[in-house]
Amino acid sequence: MAVVMDKPHALLDVARHYCPGCTHGIVHRLVAEAIDALGIEGRTIGVAPVGCSVLAYDYFACDMIEAAHGRAPAVATGVKRSLPENIVFSYQGDGDLASIGLCETVSTACRGENITVIFINNAIYGMTGGQMAPTSLVGQVTQTSPYGRNPETQGYPIRISELLATLDAPQYIERVAVNNVKNVRAAKKAIEKAFRNQVEGKGFSFIEVLSSCPTNWGMTPQKALEWIDEAMIPQYPLGVFRDKEAGK
Amino acid sequence: MAKLTFREEYCKGCGLCVNACPKDLLRLSNTRLNRKGHPPVEIAEPEKCIGCASCAIMCPDCVIRVEK
Amino acid sequence: MQEKVLMKGNEAIAEAAILAGCRHYFGYPITPQTEVAAYMSKKMPKIGGTFLQAESEIAAINMVYGVASTGKRVMTSSSSPGIALKAEGISYLAGADLPALILNVQRGGPGLGGIQPSQADYYFATRGPGHGDFHVLVLAPASVQEMADLTAKAFALAEKYRMPAMLLADGTMGQMMEPVALPDPVDLNGEAPEWATTGTKMQRKHNIANSLYLSPAELERTNIERFERYAKIEEEEPMWEEFMMEDADICIVSCGITARVSRNAIVEARKQGIKVGMIRPITLWPFPKKPLAAAAEKVKSFLCVELNMGQMKEDVELAIRCKKPVDLCFRVGGMIPSPDEVLAAIKNAAEKEA
Repeated sequence: MAVVMDKPHALLDVARHYCPGCTHGIVHRLVAEAIDALGIEGRTIGVAPVGCSVLAYDYFACDMIEAAHGRAPAVATGVKRSLPENIVFSYQGDGDLASIGLCETVSTACRGENITVIFINNAIYGMTGGQMAPTSLVGQVTQTSPYGRNPETQGYPIRISELLATLDAPQYIERVAVNNVKNVRAAKKAIEKAFRNQVEGKGFSFIEVLSSCPTNWGMTPQKALEWIDEAMIPQYPLGVFRDKEAGK
Repeated sequence: MAKLTFREEYCKGCGLCVNACPKDLLRLSNTRLNRKGHPPVEIAEPEKCIGCASCAIMCPDCVIRVEK
Repeated sequence: MQEKVLMKGNEAIAEAAILAGCRHYFGYPITPQTEVAAYMSKKMPKIGGTFLQAESEIAAINMVYGVASTGKRVMTSSSSPGIALKAEGISYLAGADLPALILNVQRGGPGLGGIQPSQADYYFATRGPGHGDFHVLVLAPASVQEMADLTAKAFALAEKYRMPAMLLADGTMGQMMEPVALPDPVDLNGEAPEWATTGTKMQRKHNIANSLYLSPAELERTNIERFERYAKIEEEEPMWEEFMMEDADICIVSCGITARVSRNAIVEARKQGIKVGMIRPITLWPFPKKPLAAAAEKVKSFLCVELNMGQMKEDVELAIRCKKPVDLCFRVGGMIPSPDEVLAAIKNAAEKEA
């Protein structure tokens, strides 16, 4: 019998701290599978800033850097400028990438740094216990929007992929979801492509992953996956927003 | 012919694999807990597994090894 | 040493950093240090180095953090309000035990303050510029020559002790032109230190650059270990210069531009029969406590000359355990005391002790 699927080599054989059913684990695996597929573990350096995934340095087998909240793209820029032959990725949540680190996100994309950015959009601050994120939906109840996000006082959710697609430099921008087998397969392809682009020197590649947070959404893991279909995808449509390779 | 192996100690009993299985073969144990206190995933009729890996694809914790 | 050339302090630092093997510079424009960025932007592309004008001071220091993680020499430069923005990144560098060079060409504050010379970031620099319990090495040049020499020294110390170093210059030092003999270029062997995140090459366990310790016991241990290193630095690395201290009754303590003004005032005071000398701290952290404590056994009083409201005076009082009175001569806001003002302060101190 041949092995169809197993833990990828680029993920260490350790228990992870994520809540039951949290899809961070799926995205970790997809990143590691891409690293395995491209044979780049030995020259990959990951950057994980503050947020639920801050402990990612204990999970990936490649060299890892923990960064300050929102600053991963700047740190990754430094690493890539120092070691252009290495593969550098950042793995960031929505509060990190779309709020406190928005300046770094946009500027790094604008420079077209040849790095890979994995953006976990689960519409909430997970690590601090479920506060409103820049990507929280209108009406979404969180610890800091207890009456539901009110656009009049709390603004509207931000569509980062669309925003970055207004820039000239990025090579590849795609939004995927990890809420069912079909979507995970598509996400796997996108993430692998985002890394391959870097290996081929093509420039800034950005994958937004609609992800679940059962604990802070107050849902069962399965219900949370369904909520991605029902509530998140209508606000954040899946698709390719930039792919220079395909003339887009 | 397919075979699933579970790294049971990593299972958090989230049940995403149970829902993903097209043959409805998986369940969370109602007789056992792993060391972390979660009811681990089990396969009811292993001989019926088609090795599609849907369970492993949806597992956030790399619990399931699939062979075919 | 190369032949003497006439250079601005800011440019001397930039060139000295390049000669010291630094090939990565990240900065953001702010007066009065923008010449450093301008110099780097011209030079770095020609020698295969990186000059990057960051989107913010915060991004710049985090780019520094990225390069530092890979074990290469890297620097940023800014001025007071910009350094305040870098505080987060400096704390992370300290927490992750990463070497890097930060140049602060100080201007007046607080807030937007002014753009003229100041030494008002003394506390900020010497008490650990950022959150948490840490120090950075702080070196205070008093000439363009020292701007160049201390740049190389700061890189070496930062690497030796795996911590950030700050060159704390005042605006005058950055802007003035003097002849300087630049150091010979350093040939770094190019091998990354064993802790650097450069890729495992599938030959070792992964390296991690990190300042997060969720276990209180572990975080306590890292803090204590870091302070054991600091204790060694305080023992071995203080640098200072003594001037006419052999028979001095009054000891001036001053750094940077005010030390130069004080030197002139001392020469004049000596002509008038006042026995005054100076201890000029070159490292502000570690502070040269020993020579000051030794001086306290001999002199009648101390006189701090500073471009702030007496921040270094506190360190002097601590160093001498308040054994002798410490007077203060200061100007702030971008004002600089004239030699006559310092002379008047010396005379005042001499009268008090008479």
